[in-house]
Amino acid sequence: MIAIIDYDAGNLTSVARAVTYLGYENVVTRDVRQVLAAERIIFPGVGAAGSAMTSLKQLGVDIALHDAFQRGIPILGICLGTQIIMEYSEENETPCAGLVPGTVRAFSPDLRDADGARLKIPHMGWNRIELQQEHPVLAGLKPSDEFYFVHGYYPDPLHADHIVGKTRYGIEFASVIGYRNIIATQFHPEKSGHPGLNLLHNFCHWTL
Amino acid sequence: MLSKRIIPCLDVRNGKTTKGVQFKGNVDIGDPVEMARFYYENGADEIVFYDITASSDKRDIMIDVVRRVAETIFIPFSVGGGIRTVEDMRAVLLAGAEKISVNSAAILNPDLISQGARAFGNQCVVLGMDVKFVGKRPEIPSGYEMVINGGRRPMGIDALEWAQRAESLGAGEICLNSIDADGTQDGYEISLTSLISSNVSIPVIASGGAGKPEHLLDVLTRGHADAALVASMVHYGAYSISEIKSFLHSHGVKVRNTW
Repeated sequence: MIAIIDYDAGNLTSVARAVTYLGYENVVTRDVRQVLAAERIIFPGVGAAGSAMTSLKQLGVDIALHDAFQRGIPILGICLGTQIIMEYSEENETPCAGLVPGTVRAFSPDLRDADGARLKIPHMGWNRIELQQEHPVLAGLKPSDEFYFVHGYYPDPLHADHIVGKTRYGIEFASVIGYRNIIATQFHPEKSGHPGLNLLHNFCHWTL
Repeated sequence: MLSKRIIPCLDVRNGKTTKGVQFKGNVDIGDPVEMARFYYENGADEIVFYDITASSDKRDIMIDVVRRVAETIFIPFSVGGGIRTVEDMRAVLLAGAEKISVNSAAILNPDLISQGARAFGNQCVVLGMDVKFVGKRPEIPSGYEMVINGGRRPMGIDALEWAQRAESLGAGEICLNSIDADGTQDGYEISLTSLISSNVSIPVIASGGAGKPEHLLDVLTRGHADAALVASMVHYGAYSISEIKSFLHSHGVKVRNTW
């Protein structure tokens, strides 16, 4: 069973629908026991880091997540979930779950493209991934594939070898992070058409 | 870099799409779910549904459409029309839409924007704007005025001022419809789109007037739009989304061209 963690951080129905569409049993849950019993975990989220982290702690799910991580359970972070697994977020100056070393930073309000034109924030829409290393969950990815992003903050892992994919938006940032049994995307695979569904499918099969 | 988005817009009344669509093959042209699937498979970057159901007691029909669309397509989609309260927003978002769009209800009650943004995040709240050119005068310094009821009712509010105010209230995106260009298929209102897009820091979707791919090229370059809405030009089979994208790509506009 795949547990999709519900911690009052946005609407998780689209993640559940995509996984169901692919034919995998899943449960949207905030029950610590279900999280601990899961064979794989999807950790999504939309919203602000501060309130998400507060809610995660209140539910006790932060401890369950750590436990699953230590036991080698495959974990997929999505969007805010990918930020929450880092150590610290500049958003609301929030200490986060700390599964992956690094910080979550805000895009500069003066972000500009190569021609000097000011870029809009949040980074919202379709963008590409430049693969930095092979990863089973990214198998089948084509350089021209694009993914749907909506975010004003981005993860900045401490160690370059934890960066699986990078994306350009004024700067280059880590859009896919891989560390042991964690794979985490800043974009929304559940809203990224076939390339996104392929990534979810790969995750549902990933064995370490 | 971000791709420019091409977004088909579907009008839905009582759970059925209203425009006669000439699809080849076996697509049920009255079914919004089938049409959404068709556009999804053809490379649409997002889909906008506009619920024009007149009576509020039939809202549940639209919620059911939203739920079925969400089970079928895996790209973002938004729903507008008839959304007047945070509870209306919640129902649509929980059914599976990414975004809700508010238009006249936000003009009459601007707090709706901030309430929605607080409850669901700015990225969920799209401000729909219907705008008419009236010429510059003291209360309309940009020359563009907000209108409601399909353009019949002028509101005495300057379009640029309203766009900037909505952004500060928490709108995450603007869908900018020119009443003058709407339905003409003669091209988007470039100066209006450029004016609004250059003076807000949230994305602007241009709407109204699309008739051929050159119009999209124009509004996505000279008009500085982040995305372009298309309706009749794709609904009646004159162009496909993938054809439009090939055209834009060959003219140097970055679009998503694999899906």
